[in-house]
This record gives sequence, structure tokens and C-alpha cells, in this order.
Amino acid sequence: MTVLDFEKPIMEIEKKIEEFKKISTESGMDLHKEIENFEQQAQDCKKELYANLKPSQKLQIARHPERPNFLDYVNNMCENFIELHGDREGMDDRAIIGGIAKIDGKPVMIIGTMKGKSTKENLEYNFGMPQPQGYRKALRLFKHASKFNLPIITLIDTPGAYPGISAEETNQGGAIAVNLRDMAKLNVPVIAVITGEGCSGGALGLAVANKVFLLEHAYYTVISPEGCASILYRDAARAADAANALKITAPDLLKLGIIDGEIKEPLGGAHTDHKAMAETLKATILDSLKELSKMSEKQLKTDRYNKFRRMGAFQE
Amino acid sequence: MTIQDWFEKRKEAQIQRRALEAKVEVDMNPDLWTKCVHCDAQLLKKDIEENEMVCPVCDYHFRINARKRIELLFDEDSFEELNANIKPTDPLDFVDTEPYIERLEKAHAKTGLDEAVITGIGEINGQKAAVAIMDFDYMGGSMGSVVGEKVTRIMEEAIKRKLPVIAITSSGGARMQESALSLMQMAKTSCAVSRLDDEGLLYINVLTEPTFGGITASFGMLGDIIVAEQGARIGFAGRRVIEQTIRQKLPADFQTAEYLMKYGQIDVVSARKNLKKTLSDILEMHSAAKV
Repeated sequence: MTVLDFEKPIMEIEKKIEEFKKISTESGMDLHKEIENFEQQAQDCKKELYANLKPSQKLQIARHPERPNFLDYVNNMCENFIELHGDREGMDDRAIIGGIAKIDGKPVMIIGTMKGKSTKENLEYNFGMPQPQGYRKALRLFKHASKFNLPIITLIDTPGAYPGISAEETNQGGAIAVNLRDMAKLNVPVIAVITGEGCSGGALGLAVANKVFLLEHAYYTVISPEGCASILYRDAARAADAANALKITAPDLLKLGIIDGEIKEPLGGAHTDHKAMAETLKATILDSLKELSKMSEKQLKTDRYNKFRRMGAFQE
Repeated sequence: MTIQDWFEKRKEAQIQRRALEAKVEVDMNPDLWTKCVHCDAQLLKKDIEENEMVCPVCDYHFRINARKRIELLFDEDSFEELNANIKPTDPLDFVDTEPYIERLEKAHAKTGLDEAVITGIGEINGQKAAVAIMDFDYMGGSMGSVVGEKVTRIMEEAIKRKLPVIAITSSGGARMQESALSLMQMAKTSCAVSRLDDEGLLYINVLTEPTFGGITASFGMLGDIIVAEQGARIGFAGRRVIEQTIRQKLPADFQTAEYLMKYGQIDVVSARKNLKKTLSDILEMHSAAKV
């Protein structure tokens, strides 16, 4: 597993544990007390470290190559997933995947951005950067869900919408804009979860929801800290400063009224235990579905409209 | 022509131009004279101003601010500003190389505006409309909470008064200093457009130099009719970002109004001198069809 630089102290203790275990088996010495001691130390160290992560360290966890991706969540949370492909206009953007599935026996539409775990996979999924056709596919599935009364769940983990020639030529901006407008018209509950990177309009294009959640080490921002640093500080290396200034983590976003809640990750991050992460996520989704299922179509729309209508800070 | 000839010719042209530049510096009062950024022609400032800020030589459209746009577009004394009292704050205590609060003060000093958009009700050749006009000179026309709020309110006002809406954009995108709050203005304004849809009110976009990022990805590209001013650069991602991502040079006309029209993204490309009539014709035909 990829070890992040700030995790090195834990790794060192774990190395010692391995050494002691080896010595113990080879020599037959009873070292179980020492080993237990070290294990406790490692656990404490991890807790301490993960309770005090800086935004720039959370960025690293959010971008961890083994972080669960969309299909990991679908496989661990849902039954009977049937993927629904394509925008019906000539393309099936692999950076956004969606389909119908059952979650705790209830049928839903589940849509998300997809990242790969290997170079080959990442090329297929375009590193989680959707093209306009991906947003149009998502909108087609949103409308389908609205027509057939399927609640919508979106899982978002994207460094942003793809900046490329054909993306511009096929109206990247317009595709996202249409999703923002038309998500306001959906008749069903919409729940959005930022599971990793929630960068800019590319993330928002799937997140005009009744409930918006952020995983503990995920982030949500108007621009990547690197992009912000290169523009405002004229130095991309100052991304850590930008990450602080942009207030991109769950506690800050809760205070600003951007998200409805933070979803705890297993100690050490979602990548250390995909199953446990999916269980927690599933529980939050089911709670929200229960709450939103009490609302009428009209109430759901008004609730979603008012949620975003209220956002902003100004004086008058 | 051999390569050598070509170099010789270029050298001569450069020498000639340098001589001209030197002459300008010595002889020409910079308060009176300026150079077209597009064709390099030496021009009297007065001549450009009298020509609606368009180069009389090459037809290049200089970017104009919101006040100038109002003056050019609306019938005299018909524009009534609304919600001018909404002002920015610094919700994140944002500091980069300088504090956001200071940037806001500087932008105010530079433009005399309190934010990057002016909203109100006005008449174009007698056709009444609710309008939002963005101003690039105020922090790159970026959309923070105030821009989002004012754009949303003018749409709500239009619903109340049953008026068509025109959004005239000129913006680099979202305002980084308000981070996620600024991102949410994209959702807020787009949801407001959905209400215009519900009410069957006409919504027109006028995209002017430049319109990018969070604006094209929200209310800037949602018009029932999208007009762009000649030569305006319009896109989602900036040119530099795309070049860095794909590591290729982009065509010179990439992301211009004309380029976008070729790709079916906008309805009309209009020269500045025709814009007023274009808009009033669109407004008139849609209101006449309703009766």
C-alpha cells in the first residue's frame, strides 16, 4: 500500500513490531508484551496524527491511489447494479458511470465519477475528469430517475471537468450549467456525497442535491489548491497555503453551510478498509433516504432550491 | 522568397516599426494617443471612444466596462439600478499575497463599483428588460456571493414583473477568495434560471470579452438565446490550462465567439454597433409572439 509521507512515524513503529515478531518466532523468546506495547503505540500515534491533519495532508488522503472508487462503493453497498451507458448522442464517457441498483432492498439511481487504480484504468476513466458527454449522460439518468421515482445518489471524486479541445468544442461549460439548472427540477430525493476530490464545477455538476455530504478526508473547493496557488501566489508549490486559505475540509464547509454533514472514515483513511467505509456511507445514505422519502415532489424541489438560494455571504 | 529574403524583410519591418514607436514616445501625448492591441495602429483615443470602443482600422472590439455598456445599450435615462446596496464581505478571512479585504478596496477604488455586476431594469429601443451587466475591471469580473445574489435577485424581480432577462457577462469565472461559497453561486444562479423556465420568461445571454469558467458553467450559457460580441473569447477552461494539459498549441481562433458559433454553442455573433438592434429585435419578436 502507498505510504504517505506524514504516516512515516507509524510505519517505523510497525516495522519494529514486524522485527520483534520475527525475532520472537526465530528465537522462541516471549516478546508478546513488547509487541503489544508497540501496537498500542502505533494505534495512539495513528489516532493522534489523524485527529490533527492539515488540509494539505487531507488532500493526500483524498487522492490516495487505493482510495475506494465509484465501483468499489457500488460493489460494497448495492445489489443488482445494472450500468446504463451513454449519452445517446455518440459517446459513453467512462469518467462518469451510472446505473440502477438496490440499496438495502430499495431501488435507486446511483451515478458517480470514476477513477482507476492503475495507469491503464486511469486512461480508461480519464483520471476521473468528465467530458461534456459525461454530464449529459448523467442528466439523462437523472431524468430517467425522476420519471420512474428512483431516488438519486451521486458519489463524486474528481479533480475537475476535463480541460481539452474537444471538451471545449462540445460545450463543457454549457453541459455543466444545464445539469445545475435541471437538477433543480428533479422530482425525487437527491443525495450527493463527495468521496474524495470535489473540485470546482466538475464536481458541482453532479451535486445540486437535497443533502450534500463530505467524507472525513475528502475536500470540496472552487479550484484545486494547486490551481489557486499558481494564480494567486504565482507559485504552484504553495498549494499547502492555498489549501489552508480555501477552507476545503468538512468542518469548515459545515460552518459555511455548504454541506449537511461529515461522514467518518476508518482510522487511517477510507483506503485502509473499503468495506467498513462503504458500511458507514451506506448507513448515512439510508438515513437521508428515510428522511427525504417523507417529502412530496414539490417539497423536494422547494427544499433543493432553497438550500442553494440561501448560500452566500454579503452585507446589505 | 528564400528564407534569407524573409529574414531581411522582417528586419526591415521591425526597424520601421521601432522608428515609429520612438516617434510616438517623443511626439505623441499618451493622454491623446493609443495603440490598437490587435493591429498596432496608432489611434487617437477620441476616435476609438467615438466608435463605441472599436478600432476604426481593424474592427477590434476593446473590452468595455459595465457603465459604458449601459450607456451604449440602453435608451437614455431608462436604466434603473436595483440592489446596489448589496456589498461583499470576507467570509473566509482569505489572505493570499494580500488580504481579500484589501483587494476589494482596491477594486472599489479602481472602478467606483461595489461589486463586479450592476443589475437593474432598462429599455432597449423601447423594449423593457431586467438586466445584469458584469464588469471585468472589478476583480476580473469574478463571481462571489454578491454577484450570485444580485444575478439571482434580478431574475426573481423579472418573475415578479414578468419581464425578459438579459445577462451580459465579462468574467474570468468564480472568485477564488470566496472558495466554496463562490462555487455555490453557480448552483444558485442556475436554479434561478430554472424558475425563469417555469415562468416561460425569455432569457438572453450576451457573452462579451472574456467569459470563462464558473460563468459559462452556470447562468452564462443557459440563455434561450445566446448572443456573443464579435471577437469575444469564451470558454470553460482557460487557454493556458488546456495547453498545459494536452501539451499542444491551440488554433489562434480557439474559444472566440466565431469559433463557438461554428461548433453550435451560440446563436448569434454580433458586432458592437449592431448589438442594440439585435437585442431589441429579439425582445420585440418574442413579446409580439406572446400577444
